[in-house]
Amino acid sequence: MKERKNITPPKWAEWLLSFYCRPELLEDLQGDLNEYFDRNVKAKGSKKAKLIYILNVLKFFRSYTLRKPEIINLLIHWIMIGSYIKTSGRNIVRNKLFSAINIIGLAASMSVGLLLISIVHDMLLYEEFHTKKNRIYRVIGDYKYLNEETVHLATTSIKAGRSIRENISGAEDLVILRHGFGGDFQFGDNILPVKGLWAEPNLFNIFTFPLLKGNPRTALLEPNSIVLTEKTAKKLFGDSDPIGKTIIQKNNSFEPSNRTYVITGILKELPKFSHMKFEALGSFSTLDIIEKTNEGIWEWNSIWSNYVYVLLPKDGAPANLQTNLDRLSDEENSNMTDHNTRISLLLQPLGKIALGKDLDNQISPNMSIGMLWFITGLSFIVLLSACFNYTNLSIARSLRRSREVGIRKVIGARKIQVLVQFLSEATIFSLIALMLAFVIFLIIRPQFLSLTPNLHNLLTLDLTPALVIYFIVLAVLIGVIAGLLPGFFYAKVNPIMMIKNVSSIRVFRHLNMRKALIATQFTFSLIFITSTLITHKQYKDFLAFDLGFNTENILNINLHGNKPEIVKKELSEIPEIRDISKSFIITSVGNNYYASIKYNDPHDSINVWYNKIDENYIPVLGFKIISGHNFISRPEDTEEGEVIVNERLVKLLNIGNRDPQKAIGEFLIMDGKKLKILGVISDFHYSTVDREIGPFMFRYSNKDLHYINAKITSSDLPGTMAKIEKAWNTIDTVHPLNATFYDDQIQQAYGEYSAMIKTIGFLACLAIIISSIGLLGMVVFSTETRLREISIRKVLGAEVSNLIYLLSKSFLFLLIISGLIAIPVTYLIFDKIILSDVAYHSSIGFFELFFGAFAVMAIALIMIGSQTFKVARSNPAEVLKSE
Amino acid sequence: MKGTNLGEFEELVLLTIAALVNEAYSVGICDELEKHTGRTVKLGVVHAVLNRLEEKGFVKSKLGEATNVRGGKRKRYYSITSAGKAGVLKAKEVRDQLWSIIPEMALKRI
Repeated sequence: MKERKNITPPKWAEWLLSFYCRPELLEDLQGDLNEYFDRNVKAKGSKKAKLIYILNVLKFFRSYTLRKPEIINLLIHWIMIGSYIKTSGRNIVRNKLFSAINIIGLAASMSVGLLLISIVHDMLLYEEFHTKKNRIYRVIGDYKYLNEETVHLATTSIKAGRSIRENISGAEDLVILRHGFGGDFQFGDNILPVKGLWAEPNLFNIFTFPLLKGNPRTALLEPNSIVLTEKTAKKLFGDSDPIGKTIIQKNNSFEPSNRTYVITGILKELPKFSHMKFEALGSFSTLDIIEKTNEGIWEWNSIWSNYVYVLLPKDGAPANLQTNLDRLSDEENSNMTDHNTRISLLLQPLGKIALGKDLDNQISPNMSIGMLWFITGLSFIVLLSACFNYTNLSIARSLRRSREVGIRKVIGARKIQVLVQFLSEATIFSLIALMLAFVIFLIIRPQFLSLTPNLHNLLTLDLTPALVIYFIVLAVLIGVIAGLLPGFFYAKVNPIMMIKNVSSIRVFRHLNMRKALIATQFTFSLIFITSTLITHKQYKDFLAFDLGFNTENILNINLHGNKPEIVKKELSEIPEIRDISKSFIITSVGNNYYASIKYNDPHDSINVWYNKIDENYIPVLGFKIISGHNFISRPEDTEEGEVIVNERLVKLLNIGNRDPQKAIGEFLIMDGKKLKILGVISDFHYSTVDREIGPFMFRYSNKDLHYINAKITSSDLPGTMAKIEKAWNTIDTVHPLNATFYDDQIQQAYGEYSAMIKTIGFLACLAIIISSIGLLGMVVFSTETRLREISIRKVLGAEVSNLIYLLSKSFLFLLIISGLIAIPVTYLIFDKIILSDVAYHSSIGFFELFFGAFAVMAIALIMIGSQTFKVARSNPAEVLKSE
Repeated sequence: MKGTNLGEFEELVLLTIAALVNEAYSVGICDELEKHTGRTVKLGVVHAVLNRLEEKGFVKSKLGEATNVRGGKRKRYYSITSAGKAGVLKAKEVRDQLWSIIPEMALKRI
């Protein structure tokens, strides 16, 4: 008997029946089927009975049993929305604290959401204007030297591009572009600096860059042809027709002679959302002539400046091409004399360039998809945190709301209607918050765009109708997420219990869930604030880092191709400028130049960083010479024959048994040239501080020096700068003065960190505000609920201090738990993941780790304390009298 | 007047409802029919017929009290209406008339 009782029809079949059957027929049909089921269990066993039950359920699927679509229900929802709006409005007004907490929290978090949506919206618009967008791929290169970390490049070699074109099937068309076209162009008296790319004629077959004037098939065919963009042409020629006219590329200290170009095309201005940005295109065939003797750039390993794009056939698969590329890479790598380097070619879809992998040597700055995901993750946490507040506080108010729901249910509201009521109430909250969020969005948008200069070039964040719709969708979504839990909670409320006896409501039901939500919020807030502090410390340490030379009061002036001697002569007349030196690049800010160097073993070469300098550079910037001596001044056209190296190089190549003294006078070989080691300097940070110090050499040069480093001692800095600018303007009328203090340049080099600090810091503030006001709300509601208990305790003789302890201990416990989770988690994240990539990072200090936690705890304690103190001091007689 | 005519099975169901008096619910009707006709009667068919009869106004129904059997679901009891009564009487009358005009010899010869 007992056994049979346990056998029930399959749940899903029962559910299916109740789903499709008309409500008025349902009960009796269920009963009939149950009766048959019981009989069959007895007669034929449970398995067969279940099968028959299922068959019967399916058989009853007939026209007369089918439920009619409940238009009337939809209609009721529709009519009721008016009522929901009205009651929600009343609720918002009635409980101002609750409303304020929720609206502020939701608005603050949503503003970040809006910002993210508009970023993603912008990034998805990239490359949309190319009609063949989905078939275009870029060939990118991975460069691996011995066991060093692989360098991922956006560039590849010209040789790779040409081999693919000639020997490999699978690509319909291919174009090679190269960096470094441009300079000062002159037409008549008009001189304009222009930046552009070398490009092959097929550029116009692959990409959709329409020409306003000129023939796309021939424009880039002939040597010395140039295609200008609309804006550039306008600047140079005004309104006259530039086609066929000749412009002169002015010579400068690196380009010995003037070169003339014929204008063969005018390009429609580039759309904003193009990953490549240029002002002019020079025909690639020009390069063939100029660089004919420079064998280096045609080699397989010259992979630093060329971009290769392929167009796949309509039904082509990138995988096929990739196999061919792998074969090509293997072949070419084994042909190279240098067996330490491996280069492999990969394909990158056009759509994944602007928002994609972080590659070196990008054609124009892009946005790293990892970074975007990171910020999305953080913003999502902040949004969720605001939703938690809503959920928590809605359920905490159940004492009042339950009675309303009870009456609604008695009148005939069904579960689904209660759920819809709470969802629409939450949505109304989030829509109000959206308006506030939009205002915040408008305020933070320009701030965000100015975080780094790249963002300004990448994004517009302009409002479009589509964007506004996404905003509203976000708000509705947030409303639904926030309202779901309270909705289910109230939908389950038992109306009879509710009306008969209010005290039967278990206010403290779901308390564990609410506590978990609060603890989660605080854990994330603590992680955010601690991360901000640690990153900030790291950033400050980078700026104050001892690079191994002196950067203080050094003004770096970009020569823009002017003769260094002339500029130096002008500047030496300014008394505040004490010393002047010249250099090829500015080191320690992320510019890296390599040369391949051999020592005794002719087959073993290593990559060595270098900078070219004049004889004043080492003393002006205070490099420490350990042995040997500095360069001495040489005439301009002397053959390069001397270097000064760092200790690391001496050790790595084992020169003179690693003794800097004995290394003097030894010879290194670079490009077949012998270079005598003149001196050894102590190690300094050539690259940014997050990278390991490597082998380095100073090369002496008089020619390609791009910068002047001026040491300044001035009590009137603006006055000095004005003098420098005046001197500059007498030399160069085309380029404005481009001078930056070394320390500022270093600060810019770590701009990424500064942007990260500002972003995480902002999110941390939001998270703390949201979780703190949420906590405040919870404390207020829970102390209100316990008012009577407290009064009785007081009457019985409890002290105020005891009461405060009683009321706040559970919250304190939560805070301590979140601290115990957050601090180790943050420590591990930074110690094991983030800072382990940074070669010279500072240790994570006690202060950074715990200060955030203390600050957040203090804020929370003030919140809890003020409320509990107020309640604990209330007069018990007043409270108890009114009951 | 299509729809008010009684089909053969409809008539049987209607008669069973009348015979069962206060115990006429779907499963009971099925059982009773099986007992008297000796053929298997599908619940689905009976259900459909009951639904049709109710639409035609020959029977009316009400839900009974909940009990512990049938998984706590109530039974729907059917009772015959005056239209139903007229329907079955009419059918019987037609048959009786037809019987009365068959000459006695006509059936005996078969």
